[in-house]
Order: sequence, then structure tokens, then C-alpha cells
Amino acid sequence: MSQQAKSERLMNLVICLLVARGYVPKSRIRSVVGGYGDQTDEAFDRMFERDKDELRDVGIPIEIGSNDPFGEDEPGYRISRHEFELPEIRLEPDEAAVVGLAARAWQHSGLAAAASTAVVKLQAAGVEADTRALGAVEPRVGGEEPAFWPLWEAVRDRRPVRFWHRKVSSATGMQRHLRPWSVLSWHGRWYVLGFDTDREDARMFRLSRIVGDVEPDGEPGSYEVPPPDDVRSAASSLAPSPEHRDLSVATLKVREGSGHTLRRRATDVRPADVPGWDVVTVSYSSQTRLVEEIATHGADVVALEPDELRKRVVEWLTDIVEETP
Amino acid sequence: MTTGQPRQRRADSAPAQVSRLLSMLPYLRSHPYARVADVAALFNVSERQVIRDLRVLWFSGLPGLAMGDYIEVDMESVEGEGIISVSNADYLARPLRLRTDEAVALLVALRTLADVPGSFDREAIDRAITKLEQAAGEVAERAAAVQIQVDGEAVADVAATVRTALDERRRLHLSYWVPARDETTERDVDPMRLVVVDGRLYLEGWCRRAEQVRLFRLDRVAAVSILDAPADLPDQARPRDLSDGLFQPSPDDELVTLELTRGGRWVTDYYPFESAEELPNGGIRLRLWVRDRRWLRRLMLRLGSTGRVVDPADLATEVVDDARAALAAYEVG
Repeated sequence: MSQQAKSERLMNLVICLLVARGYVPKSRIRSVVGGYGDQTDEAFDRMFERDKDELRDVGIPIEIGSNDPFGEDEPGYRISRHEFELPEIRLEPDEAAVVGLAARAWQHSGLAAAASTAVVKLQAAGVEADTRALGAVEPRVGGEEPAFWPLWEAVRDRRPVRFWHRKVSSATGMQRHLRPWSVLSWHGRWYVLGFDTDREDARMFRLSRIVGDVEPDGEPGSYEVPPPDDVRSAASSLAPSPEHRDLSVATLKVREGSGHTLRRRATDVRPADVPGWDVVTVSYSSQTRLVEEIATHGADVVALEPDELRKRVVEWLTDIVEETP
Repeated sequence: MTTGQPRQRRADSAPAQVSRLLSMLPYLRSHPYARVADVAALFNVSERQVIRDLRVLWFSGLPGLAMGDYIEVDMESVEGEGIISVSNADYLARPLRLRTDEAVALLVALRTLADVPGSFDREAIDRAITKLEQAAGEVAERAAAVQIQVDGEAVADVAATVRTALDERRRLHLSYWVPARDETTERDVDPMRLVVVDGRLYLEGWCRRAEQVRLFRLDRVAAVSILDAPADLPDQARPRDLSDGLFQPSPDDELVTLELTRGGRWVTDYYPFESAEELPNGGIRLRLWVRDRRWLRRLMLRLGSTGRVVDPADLATEVVDDARAALAAYEVG
């Protein structure tokens, strides 16, 4: 069967169900929509089922029901105009301009294609494209991680998923079972937030640490997503945040013009006895993190106190010198 | 659902064709005598595809397809002058509702724009969001399903100054921290635009020091002021094409091979790399492009015993020399 004949059949099926006053029985559809009439019963059934699925896939709402409140009639099909048609929308030129800008924001995921078909629909509805150069702000949304699209689909369809998620220090990781609530970007990195059914609690997972495929682990629509405000507060309580528990205090000798990250969080900076150097006081909670940070600056930062910190920095640097063959 | 990308329908598949026609018909109704070329551009398909789409209408119409039920398309004018005229399809006057994907894609991007500090046209963005939410109906409620947190308060003052300079087309002076060298650099920049990538703010501008278009992360701007001079953008100052990501390799970059232990694997989460190979001990061998050796030397000092440079050898030596120089201050080694 030719491509054109199939498109004609689908088009005529849409029109038939859209203009009908009530539900159209299958037998009537078969007799009025070209392409069905000359099929055997079995071939027609198969064809009709597939056509309906394909139309629903592109967003055409085909309902099943009966005109007879007692349901004794043959069930029929219809497309409700209210569900089918985009309601009236008029955008002022400045509104159309920001919508145009927003539509260009998506980069990699399937949402880039969705944004452009949305704009086409708006233009078809009479919204004039505003090509005025806004120029001054250019938004970009990535989401190029392979897990982005399947997780977005899962959130959209409220479908549980399972995936392997590795810890920062390992290659393989653990299998997780999640009812995803939201896909979110936090400080430029993408996460999925949801209810972890193994932990029985909300959890957040970094997308770039998902290994392999995201697979369905239940039926669509099988859970409810909490209200947006609850999702947002779960996100902010789970999001990685800078350490606030500052337990110890260290003093460091920092060369002038260096050690900006240390200076930025210093509680005190004063000139050292040696010209060209400052003594910088910082508080910290993880000694290892501070050792790493001091080592990063090489000869520009020297740990003074406490002694334990000084010793650890020396060990850290000695490892580098000695490990090299 | 196991694939990383959405199922892409070919533009010439029957469902794609029907869904395109359901937008094309209302468009043609509000744009009588539209040109084939314009319609092709709007729908991002070839002109031949538009003509094939219109041929489908030739045999479409009201159920039964009696005389007068057919949608009328003047194919002669389509194929001759490239002008489209369609009639007798009044029942297809409006496009399909927005699908969840479509509504969410627009609303999430608009909310991101609205959150940019010192945002332009904030009022227009809010009005557009309200109208889209109304038109999208129920599916708009799913827009919380994707959230982008925009760098906010921390960079609000810098962003406001940059906005003013952009509006007034004035030159900026930046004190900008360069992490690769741990230096705060002073430079004059003629601003071109603010770029918001996954919620992170950058100024794109012509750096008069480097004589190049550069991106400056706003959270690394230590101080900013507006100069009296007007911005003067040379012809070669073109906004960068960001579709391949912010960081594009340059021909001068050097390919470096590292070995990381388990404890050093975090590097793969933070920096783009060329290739990664698992090692039997749970570590990883990583190849990455390096623009500034100073950046990599600092990274290796941070990694300590959790990473080492395998290649090039002279870079490995530089790292050891750095560690020796640092140890000298402790009067050991």
C-alpha cells in the first residue's frame, strides 16, 4: 500500500471522527473511510487498531464510548473538538519574541523538536512570529546525557524506572528503582529526583552517573507526583550544597595574588613577616578537602597550622614525587 | 524507552504527514496564498515534501467523499507558481493542542529566562507564560517535571551591571578570576550578550586584551564596572555557535593521558574528556584535551596519589617538579 493512500486514510479517519455528532460505530467507519472497505474483517481490525495507535502517538485524542447511556449500542469512536483544538491564544509582539527565544533554548534532547513543533502550532493558530532581534540574552538548555530523554518520558508518563547508578568512585554501581518526579538542573548539572522504592524515601541521582539504559519498571500512570512545591523542597534538601559545618581553623601562608578560592572564604587575611606573602585563616570541616586544595596551589600556599594538616600536605606532595617511576 | 533519544518519526511517515497537515491547514487558512517555500521553511521540510503533503488533501474530505465534500487544493498553482490555495476545510481551522512535551519545552525555557537576574522584558515573559499555560491547559501542570535552577543572587549584581552595559552599548571593565592559573586578570570587554547555559550565566563579549570573542562565567567575575567608552565591536566579533557546547577544542590543545585510581574517578564527572578506559584495579585511563598545561598541573597536585600523568612524559616531570617546589617550603624532600 502506498504511503499516500495510508496518509489519506488517516486524514479521512480524523475528519470522520472530528465532524461526527456522537460516537461513530466501527462498522460505519469501515464503510465511509476509504481504504477500510475492501479489507477482510481481520485485516480491517488490525489496520484500524494500528491507525488509532499511530494517531494517538502524534497527540490526536481518540475516545471510545457509546451514544447509548445503557451501553447497549455497538461502541464507537470520536474526537472531541475541545480536546483536539488549541484554544484561542493571542500573543503581543514582545510576548511572541520571548517565546521565539525560549523555543531556541533546547539543544540536544527531543524537547528541541517539541519546542519547534509548538511554535509551528502557535503560528498556525495565528500568532505572528516575531523575529525582532532580542539578542541580549541567549538561553541554552542542554540535557545531552543519554538518560535525559527516557527519564523525562518516565516523569511525563508517571512510569517507574530502574537503572544502574554508580558512585563517584566506582565504575559499575548499584541498581536503583525509582518513581521519578522531576528532572532538574542544579548549578549546571542534571539530576533526576524521585521516590526510591528500595530506600522508601526521596532521592536524587546525577544523570551523568547513570550507566547503561534506563528501563521501565512498571506501568504508566502507576504513581502520583507530589505537588510542585513539595517536589521543589525535596530537591533543595537533597541537592548537594557547600559544607557549612566548619569545625576546625587552619592558618596558611599564601603568596600575594594567589590562592583566590582560599582568600574568598578566609576569616582573616594579614600580611606575613615575609614580604610578598599573606597569612590567611580559613575554617574547614574536611581535612582531606583542605589538603587537596592546598596542594593544588603548589608552592604558592604553605600550611602553617595545625601540625596534623601540615603533615598531611607533606605526605600528599611526597606521594606525587615518589610514585613516579 | 531504553534508547537515549526520542523515537524520531521520518518526515514522510504517514502519522508525521497527518500531524503536519493538521497544523498546515489552519496556517494556510490564516495565510492565504502562502508560498510553498515559506511553508517548507516553517515546517522544516523540503518543498517537495510540502507538495506531497498537499497531494494527500486531494483525496481527503468529509466522510463519504461525495461531490463537494473534498478539500480543494489548487495543485496547478502549487506546482506552477509555488502558491498555495486551499479551501473547503473549515472544520480544520485550528491546530492541535500542545502536547505535554511541547508545552513543557516552552514553559521551562521561559521560566529559565524569567529567573535570569536583571532580566529584560520580565513582564513580557510573565505574560507569555500565563497565556501559554491557559492555552496548554492540563498539560502545563507537568512543567514542574523539568526544573532549571538559575544562578541567582550570587551573581545578581554582576548580571545587573552587564545588562545595563548591554542596553547602553557601553564597554565593561572586568576583574576576572582564571582558575587554570589562579590569577585575577584585568580586562576591558565590549559586551555582546548574556548566555544562560543550564542555568549558569556567562557574558559573551569581545575581549580587548585577547582580541577575541570570549565567554566569562559571571560567578568568576570578582569586580565589574561600566566604562565611559562605548562598546566597539569589530566585524569579526561574531557570537559563537553554542550548539556543540560551550567548550570547543582548539587546534593548539594537547592530548594528555592520565591514570586515575578509584579515588580520582571524580574527574570524569567534572571535565570533558576524549576517551575513558576501565582499568582492572577499579581505576580508569582517561585521555583529555588540555589547553593550558598550568591547569592540568594544578589538577594533578590536587589528585595527589589518586592520579598520574602517563603521557606526555615531560608533563609528568613538570608535575613532580611542582610537588618538589611545594615541599621545599616545608624544609623536607
